[in-house]
Amino acid sequence: MREELLAIIEKNSRIDLKELAVILGVEEIDVVNEIAALEAEGVICGYHTLINWEKTDIEKVSALIEVRVTPQRGQGFDSIAERIYKYPEVRSVYLMSGAYDLMVILEGKTLREVSNFVSDKLSTLDSVLSTATHFILKKYKDHGTAFAVKKEDEREMITP
Amino acid sequence: MRNPLADKVVDIKPSGIRKFFDIVSEMQDAISLGVGEPDFDTPWHIRDEGIYSLEKGRTFYTSNAGLKDLRQEICNTIQRKQGVTYDWQHEVLVTVGGSEAIDIGLRAMCNPGDEVLIPQPSYVSYEPCAVLAGATPVIIDLKAENEFRLTAEELEAAITDKTKVLILPFPNNPTGAIMEKSDLEAIAKVIEEHDIFVMSDEIYSELTYKEKHVSIVSLPGMKERTIYINGFSKAYAMTGWRLGYCCGPAAIIQQMTKIHQFAIMCAPTTSQYAAVEALKNGDPDIEEMRTAYNQRRRFLMNAFREMGLECFEPYGAFYVFPCIKEFGMTSEEFATRFLEEEKVAAVPGTAFGDSGEGYLRISYAYSLEKLKIAIGRLGHFVEKLRAEQNNK
Repeated sequence: MREELLAIIEKNSRIDLKELAVILGVEEIDVVNEIAALEAEGVICGYHTLINWEKTDIEKVSALIEVRVTPQRGQGFDSIAERIYKYPEVRSVYLMSGAYDLMVILEGKTLREVSNFVSDKLSTLDSVLSTATHFILKKYKDHGTAFAVKKEDEREMITP
Repeated sequence: MRNPLADKVVDIKPSGIRKFFDIVSEMQDAISLGVGEPDFDTPWHIRDEGIYSLEKGRTFYTSNAGLKDLRQEICNTIQRKQGVTYDWQHEVLVTVGGSEAIDIGLRAMCNPGDEVLIPQPSYVSYEPCAVLAGATPVIIDLKAENEFRLTAEELEAAITDKTKVLILPFPNNPTGAIMEKSDLEAIAKVIEEHDIFVMSDEIYSELTYKEKHVSIVSLPGMKERTIYINGFSKAYAMTGWRLGYCCGPAAIIQQMTKIHQFAIMCAPTTSQYAAVEALKNGDPDIEEMRTAYNQRRRFLMNAFREMGLECFEPYGAFYVFPCIKEFGMTSEEFATRFLEEEKVAAVPGTAFGDSGEGYLRISYAYSLEKLKIAIGRLGHFVEKLRAEQNNK
């Protein structure tokens, strides 16, 4: 049940528990217990909403920042990653294979806010060797969901 | 002027679905539970392969029987899923949908007067195809108490010395019924005893929700007397690509290929290239779609239970077949009123044969969100009808 349940609520975390039990073919109490267990184990970390901010009047700027760092003895990349992710404007931090070490995804209100963060806070950290900032111009698809206009059902109404 | 038409064709009743389709198409804001095709788009990697083949200029005919790569992949797939070995060179034909295989298969096998056994309710084309092939269709009425499976007794009772072919349409459209291994073993005995042939339409083989589908060709002695029909429409959501295939004894496939060669030349080339990719790498897509269908199936069964609507639990295809006999109307009356009063289109069971009387085909090739709206209206309609009955 676990994998199918996660697949469903990853796409629709607002589905009600009774319906979830019906479509999984189990009892509601089992769903409740399983979700509680998943939360306790830290498998489910939150129930967020996917928002296409471009459709609102609210201005937001996002950037991907490639960061090269010096790993620290005994702690590898973890402590520098933690220093970076504690900033609230940092949305995501990933350790990467390849030409750089950390991918930092940042969200700010303005271009200036983002560039200030990079120049004042990020690049001045001792273990940060270099940064390369890429501003996101447009989001086409996020979290498996395309932001384009929803498709109409073009099938015939009745087919054999 | 003389009558330009052939009696044999004129005498064929138009599909019961067609009639209903005409009513629906006049309605503005109706929602539908009436389609017999997946709501998913063809998975992108399969479409991409089709596009790539066009970009490469692969716009020629293929060999009559179909691309070598595709026929080989078809054999690999049946080997993998059913453990049955076919020779790609002599025992496989790629067709324009499973429908073409039904048509030319019957034409290749039937002499005038031969009887073709057609269990109903079932897909609309078997009966007319048998007629056009010059054969005599003999209907076997499947029963709700058997969950619309074909029993050995029913088969035995329908066989005469003229019987040539049994059409085996499972998993079934419109009932959602399946035939499990033990069901097939029971009828296989009868088939062998009476030395008849089988046309097994397994187009919904990937969409079963109990055990994995078992094909009759995997039973001893059956491959030799069976045309196995499958295709890409349902498993890979590729209805518009018009691509199917059949496998069978070389002698039959050879004659079918002859008709196909003269009537069709070859199945669409672009579709064939896309289909190779589907068979090679499409299993995860099938799994994802099957999971979604199964969730919707459970949702519908639960909804019927809650509204007290009788329905056997179907384990195949993407249809449920609830019984509406309690309302004292024909299927067509029910479907017409449901459409007019609630603006929901569902197909009357009689569109698939007289034994569909008293049933309604509801397709769950729709998102859960859409199903919820439509089923809400069904619940409302059912309550209204029950209130009407109480007032009488």
